[in-house]
Amino acid sequence: MKHWIKSFTLWELLKGMSVTLRYFFAPKVTVQYPEQKTPKSPRFRGLHALRRYPNGEERCIACKLCEAVCPALAITIDSEEREDGTRRTTRYDIDLFKCVYCGLCEEACPVDSIVLTRTDDFYMDARGQQVINKNQLLALGDKNEAQIAADRAADAKYR
Amino acid sequence: MIEIEINGKIVSAEQGSMIIEVADQHDVRIPRFCYHKKLSVAANCRMCLVEVDGVRKPLPACATPITQGMKVFTRSKLALDAQRAVMEFLLINHPLDCPVCDQGGECELQDVSMGYGRDISKYNLGKRAVKDHDIGPLIETEMTRCIHCTRCVRFGKEVAGLHELGVMNRGEHLEISTLVARTVTSELSGNMIDICPVGALTSKPYRFTARAWELSQRPTIAAHDAVGSHIYAHVIHNEVKRVVPKDVEAINETWISDRDRFSYEGLYHSDRVLHPKIKRNNKWENVDWQSALEFAAEKLQAIKPDAIGTLASPSATNEEFYLLQKLMRTLGSPHIDHRLQEQDFSDQADFPLYPLMNVTLDELSQADVIMLVGSQINKEQPIVAHRIRKATLNSGQVLVVNPIDYKFNFKVARKEIATHGDIFKSLEKMLKSDLVKKAKQGIILLGAQALHHPEAANIRALAASTPMKLGFLTSGANSAGAWLMGAVPHRLPGGVETSGKNIQQMLNDHMKAYVLLGVEPEYDVQDSGKAYNALKQAECVIAINSFQTHAMLEYADVILPVTPHAEMSGTMINGQGIAQKFSAVTEPQGESRPAWKVLRVLANLLELKGFDYQTLEDVQKEVAQNCHPALVAGSGKMLNLNRTPQQVRGDSFVQLPKLVRIAGLPIYAQDALVRRAESLQKTSDGIFTGVRINANEAARLGLKAEQVRVTQNDVTLTMPLVIDDTIPDGVVYLPSGLRETAGLGAAYQVIQLEQVNHA
Repeated sequence: MKHWIKSFTLWELLKGMSVTLRYFFAPKVTVQYPEQKTPKSPRFRGLHALRRYPNGEERCIACKLCEAVCPALAITIDSEEREDGTRRTTRYDIDLFKCVYCGLCEEACPVDSIVLTRTDDFYMDARGQQVINKNQLLALGDKNEAQIAADRAADAKYR
Repeated sequence: MIEIEINGKIVSAEQGSMIIEVADQHDVRIPRFCYHKKLSVAANCRMCLVEVDGVRKPLPACATPITQGMKVFTRSKLALDAQRAVMEFLLINHPLDCPVCDQGGECELQDVSMGYGRDISKYNLGKRAVKDHDIGPLIETEMTRCIHCTRCVRFGKEVAGLHELGVMNRGEHLEISTLVARTVTSELSGNMIDICPVGALTSKPYRFTARAWELSQRPTIAAHDAVGSHIYAHVIHNEVKRVVPKDVEAINETWISDRDRFSYEGLYHSDRVLHPKIKRNNKWENVDWQSALEFAAEKLQAIKPDAIGTLASPSATNEEFYLLQKLMRTLGSPHIDHRLQEQDFSDQADFPLYPLMNVTLDELSQADVIMLVGSQINKEQPIVAHRIRKATLNSGQVLVVNPIDYKFNFKVARKEIATHGDIFKSLEKMLKSDLVKKAKQGIILLGAQALHHPEAANIRALAASTPMKLGFLTSGANSAGAWLMGAVPHRLPGGVETSGKNIQQMLNDHMKAYVLLGVEPEYDVQDSGKAYNALKQAECVIAINSFQTHAMLEYADVILPVTPHAEMSGTMINGQGIAQKFSAVTEPQGESRPAWKVLRVLANLLELKGFDYQTLEDVQKEVAQNCHPALVAGSGKMLNLNRTPQQVRGDSFVQLPKLVRIAGLPIYAQDALVRRAESLQKTSDGIFTGVRINANEAARLGLKAEQVRVTQNDVTLTMPLVIDDTIPDGVVYLPSGLRETAGLGAAYQVIQLEQVNHA
C-alpha cells in the first residue's frame, strides 16, 4: 500500500528535485578559472623567483647552499668575483622539470634570495624552455615582489 | 714508551709527546685551532682544553706533555664546558659571513662550532672589523675573520724562514699584518692558505669560483721540479679549480711550493692548442688528427733520417721519452736530447746511469755539511730548500758557491761568490775550507748554474774529488727519467752506449728537421737565439706541444696538441730516485691527446715495427723490461745505480769573457705551463725588472739606470737597467726563459750593454 502511494505521487522524483531545488538557491562554489582563482596560502610553493634588495641589488651571493640542498639536483650555479669584489653568480639555472617544489632551496637561502612564488600556472612551448636562467628568475622576482614580500611578512611570526 | 689513559682507553706513547699528538694517533678528536703538527706549539687558542685527572683546571692538550699513568678525559663535563666557553669567546668577533666565505664548507671554525657552539649568541655589542691588506697576487686576506691562532706567523718564521706576517698590537686591537714588505714573497707562501683554520687567508686565483663540497679531489704529481711533490687537484666540470698538497712525509711533508699550487692556471691559457694544426702554403689550418699525423709522417719521410734532430722537455714522462726515442731511433735518427740548458757535454760518458740528488730528503735534513754549488735552490726546488733549512736548524752548516749572491732563507756558514762567473775557481777555494774536511755526512749539490756552466764537466769532476757525496739538482721534473729512457744521444734505454748529436751539435749543424716534445726552444733552450735561427732555417719542424708561441707559429709546420701532465697518466722519477706513477685528473681539453698515443699512431703511420701498444701499461711493461726491474711504476723503491764522474780532469779550461752574462730560468719561467700561470707572473718573482749589474761595472761601462741596449749574438734588445750591488764584478744578470729576453744567447757568454741616448 505504502509502495503504491509512493509510486503514484512520484515521491522519489520529488525527493530528487528537492535536492536540485536546494542547490539551485544555495551559494555557488564553482570558480571560473582562469578569470577567477581559488585563494592560496602564503606558504604556497609555485614557480621560483630571485629577489632583489630595495636598492635594486640582487640578493643572491652565490653561496650555493640551494644547489647543495636541492634533492632533485635542479639548480646549477656558477660563481665569480664581480668587479666590486663581491661574490656573485654568473649562472643560476633551475630545471623546472627536475624540480619537485619542496622549498628546501628557500629554507637554505641565507639572504632570502631564491623563493617559491604563488605562481602555479606556467607553460613552455618548446624543448629547453624548462630551464630558466638568472635573468628570467630575477624578472619573475621583480614582477611579483609585492606579493612575495607580503607572503614572507605574513609567515614571519611562525618562523 | 709510557702508558696513559685517554677516555678510559689505555694507550702507550712516546715519552715527551703532547696529549694532542697521542690523541691524534689513536683517533681521539680534540678540537684545535692553533696547534699544527708541523709548527711549534703556541697554545694560544685554548680550544684543546681537556680534563686531566688530579688537576683542578682544564689543561691545553697541545702543550701538556704526557706522564706515566696520566688519565685524560676529552669529553668530560669539565672539558666540554671549557671548550664551549672558548668557542663562545672565539665567535665574539668572528663575522657570520660563511655564505660568502671561500672557507665555508671546509672551515675548522665552522666544523668545531657545529660541535661546540651554542645556538644563541649572548653577545650583543658591536663586532670589531679589521682593515684588509693586499699581501700579493696569490693570497686574499679578510682579516676580520682572523681568530689569531698565529699559525701563519709561525709558518713564516719556522718554515718559510722569512718573518713576513706578524702580530701587531694587543687585546682587542690585535691583528695579523705583513711586517716589512707589502707582498708575501716566500716561494712556499701558498701553504698559509691551507694552514689558516678560518677564511682569513684564502687563495686569490680560486676566489669565489667553487665551493669545497662540490669539488672532487684527485691525486697526482707536481711536474715542475725534481721533488715530485704529491698534490691533489680539485676538479669540477672537468676543470682544475685549485691544487692542494697531499701529505707524503718522505717527499713534500705537508707543504708544496707556490709553483706547484698555482701553475694549474696555465692549463686554461689562450695559448693552449686544442686542435691539430698544419701549415699549408704558409697558412695555418685546423685539421683532424688523421690528416695532421699523415702530414707529419709525410714530412718526416721526405727527409733523410740522419738530418732529423729531436728535442724533448726534461719534464716529460718516462713513457713519452721511451716512445719518442724508440720512434726516432727506429726511424734512423739517433739525435735526441733533453738537456736543453746544458753547455758542456764532454763528460757525458762518465755520467751516472741517471743523475740524482744522491741523498733522500730526510737524509738531507740531517746532513752536517751541505755545499750548494751554483744553485738558487729556493727558486729552483723550493721544497729541497726547505729541507736544507731544516738541516741548518739541526745545526747543519751550509756552504755556498754561486756566481751571484742569491738570498736564502737559511743561515749560510761560508760563501764564495764567483766573479766573472768562474764557479770552478770559487769551488776550489771553498773546498779548502775546514768545514769540508770535518764533514761526516757531507753532501755537495750541483745546481742549475753549475750544471749549465760551459765548464760543467770540470766542476763536476772537482766536486767528485772530495769525500763528500755528490748530488745533482737537475732541472725539469724528470731528468732522471730522460737519462734512463735514452732521451740522450749517447745512451739507449737502460744506459746502453750508442752515439748521436747532442743539442749543441744539433743546433750548430742546422738539421733539416726538428721534432719538439713539450719544448719551446726560444724560451727553454740555453742559447735561445741560436735555437730560434736553427728552427727557422729547418725545412720541417714538428711540434708535439700543449701550447703555441708566436715564434712556434713562424717556424713549425705541424703542431700536434698533446695534453699537459694534469690531463695524462705516466711515470716520473724524482731527484731522490723514486719512480712515481700518476693518473690524469681531468679529461683532455679539446682535441688534445696524451703524447704516448700521438707517438704510437705516428710510428704506425711511418710503418715502424714494434708500436702495437694498446694501453699505457703495455708501454710501461716494455720500459720495465728494457730499463730496470725496480722501475715497475709505482714501486716507490730507491734506485741506487750511480757511477761517480771521473777524477779531476784539469784539461781545456773555457776562457770566460770579461763581462759575462749569468742567466738561468726564473722560478716562474721554468716550463711552458708555469709561464702561462697568470697569478704567478704577477708576483715579485714573476715580474721582469730589467738587466742587473753592480754600480762599479755600470760606472766602468758608463751606464745609468735607464734603458739600455743589450746585445748578444747579433741580437739587440732594449730593456731597463737595474743597479744591484749583490751582483759581483764582471757579471751581467739577465734571466732567460722570458718574453723580454728571448732571442739572446747563452749564459756565461759575452754580452754587451750600451746606453740608449734619448734624442
